[in-house]
Amino acid sequence: MECLLREGVDTIFGYPGGSNLPMYDALPKYSSQIRHVQVRHEQAAAHAAEAYARITGKAGVCWATSGPGATNLVTGIADAWMDSIPLVCITGAVVSWLIGRDGFQEADITGITIPITKHNTLVLNVEDIAPAIREAFHIATTGRPGPVLVDIPRDLQQASCEFEYPSEVNLRGYSPVTKGDLHQIKRAADLIEKSERPVILAGHGVVISHAWDELVELAEKTQIPVITTLLGIGGFPGTHELNMGMPGMHGMYWNNMAISEADLVMGIGMRFDDRVTGALKDFAPQAKIIHIDIDPAEIGKNLPTAVPIVGDVKQVLQELNREVTPARHDEWRAYLNTIKAQHPSILIPETAKLLPQYVIKSIYDASGADAYYVTGVGQHQMWAAQYFWVDKPNGFITSGGLGTMGYEVPAAIGAQFADPKSTIWSICGDGGFQMTSQELATVVEYELPIKFAIINNGYLGMVRQWQEMFYNNNLSAVRMYQPDFIKLAEAYGLRAIRVTDKAEVQGAIDLALNHPGPVLIDFQVEEAENTFPMVPPGASLQDTVDSPYKKSDVDTRKPAAGGAR
Amino acid sequence: MPARATHHTIVALVEDKPGVLNRIASKWRQRGFNIESLAVGHSEIPGLSRMTFTVDGARHDVEQVTKQLFKVIEVVDISDITSEDVVARELALIRVAATPNNRTALIEIAQVFRANIVDVAHDSMVLEVTGDEDKIESLYELLLPYGVKELMRTGRIAMTRGGAGEHDQDDGHRRYRSAGEGKAQVGSLL
Repeated sequence: MECLLREGVDTIFGYPGGSNLPMYDALPKYSSQIRHVQVRHEQAAAHAAEAYARITGKAGVCWATSGPGATNLVTGIADAWMDSIPLVCITGAVVSWLIGRDGFQEADITGITIPITKHNTLVLNVEDIAPAIREAFHIATTGRPGPVLVDIPRDLQQASCEFEYPSEVNLRGYSPVTKGDLHQIKRAADLIEKSERPVILAGHGVVISHAWDELVELAEKTQIPVITTLLGIGGFPGTHELNMGMPGMHGMYWNNMAISEADLVMGIGMRFDDRVTGALKDFAPQAKIIHIDIDPAEIGKNLPTAVPIVGDVKQVLQELNREVTPARHDEWRAYLNTIKAQHPSILIPETAKLLPQYVIKSIYDASGADAYYVTGVGQHQMWAAQYFWVDKPNGFITSGGLGTMGYEVPAAIGAQFADPKSTIWSICGDGGFQMTSQELATVVEYELPIKFAIINNGYLGMVRQWQEMFYNNNLSAVRMYQPDFIKLAEAYGLRAIRVTDKAEVQGAIDLALNHPGPVLIDFQVEEAENTFPMVPPGASLQDTVDSPYKKSDVDTRKPAAGGAR
Repeated sequence: MPARATHHTIVALVEDKPGVLNRIASKWRQRGFNIESLAVGHSEIPGLSRMTFTVDGARHDVEQVTKQLFKVIEVVDISDITSEDVVARELALIRVAATPNNRTALIEIAQVFRANIVDVAHDSMVLEVTGDEDKIESLYELLLPYGVKELMRTGRIAMTRGGAGEHDQDDGHRRYRSAGEGKAQVGSLL
């Protein structure tokens, strides 16, 4: 506990059990300084800690007991690993003399999590606990952030030794590069100056390194359009005129064409993920690539790079902004605007039906660019990414790399703890919601005024869409039986509203926003709506299938109110 | 277009802590590599061990894993020395069937290969041989007709020739650079 205080921890998400009892025994003594949030399943502790880490910029902390407690964390740890979230997971292990002897509730959690942690440790001496915790926080939060797990046998948790917290960390094999190579930065500036059709692809690294001001400066100075990846949303103001939205599989048609025709692609704090690039062989065929990332292993992983810059995005952009000369790309931007006009991508048609896009867009319009939006994974996530032009860094919180269904409920809990005053929307799929709905108990227990919107189409929508489009509409195991979500929410003590008609949408959202406590809205939307634009799996960005809709009754690109940063 | 698989020799300097081997093996396993040989032992620096492993794979793939391995916290340095001028050795123990009749012939073969006879029993003997893989393979082939009962190999250890193995100071920590190869590994793309 002393270690955690030294690391500035104020919130722990956890679940007690046989092997972390001594930690829980110590907890009440520290209750004035450290708040413990008891979740209903350890996976939720990890996701909540992830969202908490994203918003606060500190490491998220979660506790679990040995065996099943620890293995329940695994999905959350893998999620944090894929999305570079600093997480410190402290698990209790069985007493040290039972390790390796199949003791009750024993699981080799350090072995299990080797491939999904930045580092992990099984502590075997009480004197090693403090250095292990110190190192865990250091490793989790520096360089490319990631999850670190410390496994402490129960007997060591109650053993005592002289408390000495190491003032510094000495790891011979760990010294992340943060300052970019000046020579490469000058080369990048030179390429930018020579380019006529440049685009910026801004990723999660911009948000993680707090480089949003630097990115705005770069974009404005050079007038380069900024495309934000799924996790880059919020790293550049959604309402900024240079913001082009998301690229890739369900990105804007115009962005996929912009990348395809660009002569320069600047990847900033992103990793050219397959959902962004489509078929690699056709990705940005005319472009030279500048790649800025803190992880040298990302450079050249997927694409050959003309100018590689390893470093912290903020520091690199500060240097780069000194080097670049002001430019304009009026012709290029006018051309992109023409594509945008021809392929509006995210139109919502005039219809009496209750379309999921309409619901999602309405939530955004009513809540503004300043709220936090937490999503699950699937169609609703992609629509949210298309319609939420958030201004706030971390205003859009979603499971990107791992694509973890069920993320939306616990992550919203973590987000609300990180920022108790802001509006938190949890945009849920009806499938994902059922994976973690037990956390409604946590929401009510801690009086978190989260607004849950279930985009309920009665299907695993994205899977259904793939089966329809790529498996001859052979619908297999995608129809979801579901409980009465209203009764379920009410059973937990939430206010709950069912919406089946378009005319009720606005009223329900307003009610949710004005209600001081948590609210769940079950939006029973059109069942068979598909998410477009779409790059078919394995296809190239050039083959993007645009939305079939040509007319809209909603201005989908209109910035929402309240866009103050 | 699958890139051509080639033989790679990789040398890593790692902290001497439990689980290091597991972490390193895990990175290869995840990507479907088979580690052909692996040799580990203490280095000249207290607390650090040196590993040599050989894998078959396309250059880009091996480079990717090597870069991922450099991210393992306990890996202090790592380099692919495949294209370097190296001294590579391996030790093998070979138990071969031996009768009073052919023992002399076996001793002669051992002498040609500068192998030591380290154990003699009434129906077998154990040869110890050091050299590169080719030499060990050749000896093994020659011994096959006599009846090889057991073969045990340490796997390759390799060291670059010339001014290798120098140390420099980096951020106050002692770090290892084998004639700049460590830097080349991480820095070739910088």
